[in-house]
Amino acid sequence: MNLDLGDLGLDEGAHLLVKRALAEAPEVVVRGTASTLVIDVPAWARAQGHTCTARDGGFVLVRGPDRWRTAERAGRAAAPEAVAPAHWGLAARGALVERGAPALDLPLATRAEVWADEAARLYAQASAAQWDPATAIPWDAPADHPAEVEDAVVQVMTYLIENETAALLVPARFLGRLHPHFREIMQLLAIQTADEARHVEVFTRRARLRRDVLGLSSAGGQASLATLFDEPDFAIASFLLSVLGEGSFLSLLWFLHRHGPDLCTREVARLAAQDEARHVAFGLAHLQRHVAEDPALRERLAAAIERRHTALAHTAGLNAEVFDALLLLAAGGWEPARLRAGHTAVVELQRDMDDGRRQRLVRLGFAPDQAAALSALHTRNFM
Amino acid sequence: MTTSKPFVLGAVAYDAKVVPIWEGFKTYFDSHGLPFDFVLYSNYEKQVEAHLRGDIDCAWNSPLAWLEAERAAKQAGRTATAIAMRDTDCDLTSVVLVRSDGPIRELADLRGKRIGVGASDSPQATLIPLVALAEAGVEGHVVRHEVMVGKHGDHVGGERDAVKALLAGTVDAACIIDGNRLAFIREALFVPPAVRVVLQTAPYDHCNFTVLDGGPPATAKFRELLLGMSYDDERVRPLLDMEGLKVWKPGRTSGYALLERAIDRFGTIEPWLKSVA
Repeated sequence: MNLDLGDLGLDEGAHLLVKRALAEAPEVVVRGTASTLVIDVPAWARAQGHTCTARDGGFVLVRGPDRWRTAERAGRAAAPEAVAPAHWGLAARGALVERGAPALDLPLATRAEVWADEAARLYAQASAAQWDPATAIPWDAPADHPAEVEDAVVQVMTYLIENETAALLVPARFLGRLHPHFREIMQLLAIQTADEARHVEVFTRRARLRRDVLGLSSAGGQASLATLFDEPDFAIASFLLSVLGEGSFLSLLWFLHRHGPDLCTREVARLAAQDEARHVAFGLAHLQRHVAEDPALRERLAAAIERRHTALAHTAGLNAEVFDALLLLAAGGWEPARLRAGHTAVVELQRDMDDGRRQRLVRLGFAPDQAAALSALHTRNFM
Repeated sequence: MTTSKPFVLGAVAYDAKVVPIWEGFKTYFDSHGLPFDFVLYSNYEKQVEAHLRGDIDCAWNSPLAWLEAERAAKQAGRTATAIAMRDTDCDLTSVVLVRSDGPIRELADLRGKRIGVGASDSPQATLIPLVALAEAGVEGHVVRHEVMVGKHGDHVGGERDAVKALLAGTVDAACIIDGNRLAFIREALFVPPAVRVVLQTAPYDHCNFTVLDGGPPATAKFRELLLGMSYDDERVRPLLDMEGLKVWKPGRTSGYALLERAIDRFGTIEPWLKSVA
C-alpha cells in the first residue's frame, strides 16, 4: 500500500494515517514532504516495533508485533456469556481485552447464578424512579397525633433503619464479588444499595423530626439480620433478603402508608415501598431463572429457611416494642376501640406478610403446602 | 533457596523501574530452566570493572560501556562479544535542534555558539552529536546538562534540560536522540514550529548484552531464551514494554563506529582505560 502524507508531519498527527494504513496492509510505503519525516518516520516505526527501510525517497514500513493479536473479546455487548472469565476483569462487556490483565477475584461469574432477563428493565425503572428526599417528602406537613404515638413512630423508624442497613450491606457485599460482565445486575445491585441509603436517610430524618433520641434495637432483631449479613451464597442471600425479607417489608411499608399518623410518615413509607417492590421483583426474577436452570437450588433454599429458623430459635423474634409500637401507631390513640382496631391491623399485617411470602414461594415452584410451611418458618423479625 | 549457580547479569540502576524489570526477567529465566540473578550498579564503569573481574557473567551495557568493555578486554588480551540487543537499539540517530525564531539558519551558523548537550557521558545526547558536528566542521562552546553522570544518558533528564535551555535562550542548539523530538512534542515541551533540525547524525546502535571470552556455558541458554521471548506472550509483554522493545535481536557491533570516532576524538574513556589496565 502507498501512503502519501502530503506536507503533514508525524509531529502533527500524521502517525494516525500511518497506523490506519498499517492496520489495513502489512507493508506500507510512506511518502511525504514534511521536512522532519526523515527523522520521525524511522524513530516512530522503531518505537512501534515496525521495520522501516528508506527506499526511493520514501519509507517501507513492515508491520511489527501487535499487542492486540492475542486479545480476546469479552463476550458480546448485547448479552452476557454463560461464564465470565476472571481475566476479562473490569473490561466493558464486548470490549477487546488485551491478554495479561490482572485476574480479579470475582467469584460471582456465571449467568446461572446471577442473571435475570428483567435486570435491564428494572434498572431503567429504578433510575427513572429515583426521588429526592428533600423535595419528595412533605417534611413540614402538620401532625397532631399524641406524643406516645410519635414515640411509636420513632421506634418503628429505628427498627426500619436497622433493617434497611442490612438490606444495603448485603447486596453491597455481593456487588464487590460480582463479575462486571453482568453489567445490568451490577447496576441493579448498585442502585438497590443507593435506594437503601436513601431509605436509611429518610427513616432517620423522620425519626428525628420531633425527637432527639431514637428507639430500641434488640439482640434478637440483630441476630436475625446477622444471619442475612453472614450468608455467603448469593442465591440464598437474595432469597432470604429480597424474596422473603423485603417481600415482608412491602406489606409493612404499605401498612405504615395506610396507618401512619401523619402525612410525612405515610409518604416516607409509600416511596420506600415503591423501591422495595423492585428489589423483590429482581430477587424473584433471577431466582426463578436460577431454579429453572438448577432445580436442586429449590431444596437448598428450603434448607436455608429451616437452617435460619433453627439458628434463631433461641432469640425472641420481633422486638416486643416494635410490635407494640406498630399497634399504637395503627391505633393512633389510647382509646380501647382504637387499640382494638390497631391490634386487628397488626394481626392482618402479619397475615398479609405470610400470604405474600407464600405466593412468592409458589412462584419459585414450591408446592402450596410446602410454601405455607416454609413461610411459617420465616424469621419473626420480618426481614 | 537456589542451589545451582545462577547466570548473573549486571545492569545499571538508572531508574527505579530497573528493579521490577530484572525481577521479571529473573522469574522468566528461572521458570524456563535457567537459574538467573542480577546485580545492579550505580554506574557503567563499575559494571564493566565488575565484569572484567568476573563478578557477573553478562552485562547489559550502554553503547559507551560496550566500547569500554571491548577496549578494556582487548588491552587484557580478552574478547568481548555482543550477544543480543533490542530491536529499538538498532539504527538510531541524534538530531541537533535550533530555535526557528533564532539567528541560526544553517549548520555553519553554529560555529562558536553555545551547544546544549546532555550528560557528558551520553552517547546519544553528547558524544555522537558533538562528533557529527565536529566532522561537519562545527565546534562551539559545549554546555553540558549533567543528569546522572555514570549512567551514560540512560536518564532522559539531560536531554530535556538541553531543550529547555534552548527554549529559554541560554543555549543556541540542543542535541537529543531522534525519538525524543516526538516524545517532547507529545509532552508539550515545545510545539513543532518552535524548533528546527539543523543536523541529523548517521545511524548508530545503542545497548547490548555483553559477554567476555564467550561467557560461561549458560550464555547460550540465556541468549536462546532471550531471543525466544515473544511479544504475543502476555507474561513477557509487560517486561518488553518496560524495557522498550518488541523483539530481541542477535547482537551486532557494526553500529558503534560513530561513537568510536567520538571517544577517540574526545579521549572520553582514556583515563578510565588506563585505570583498569
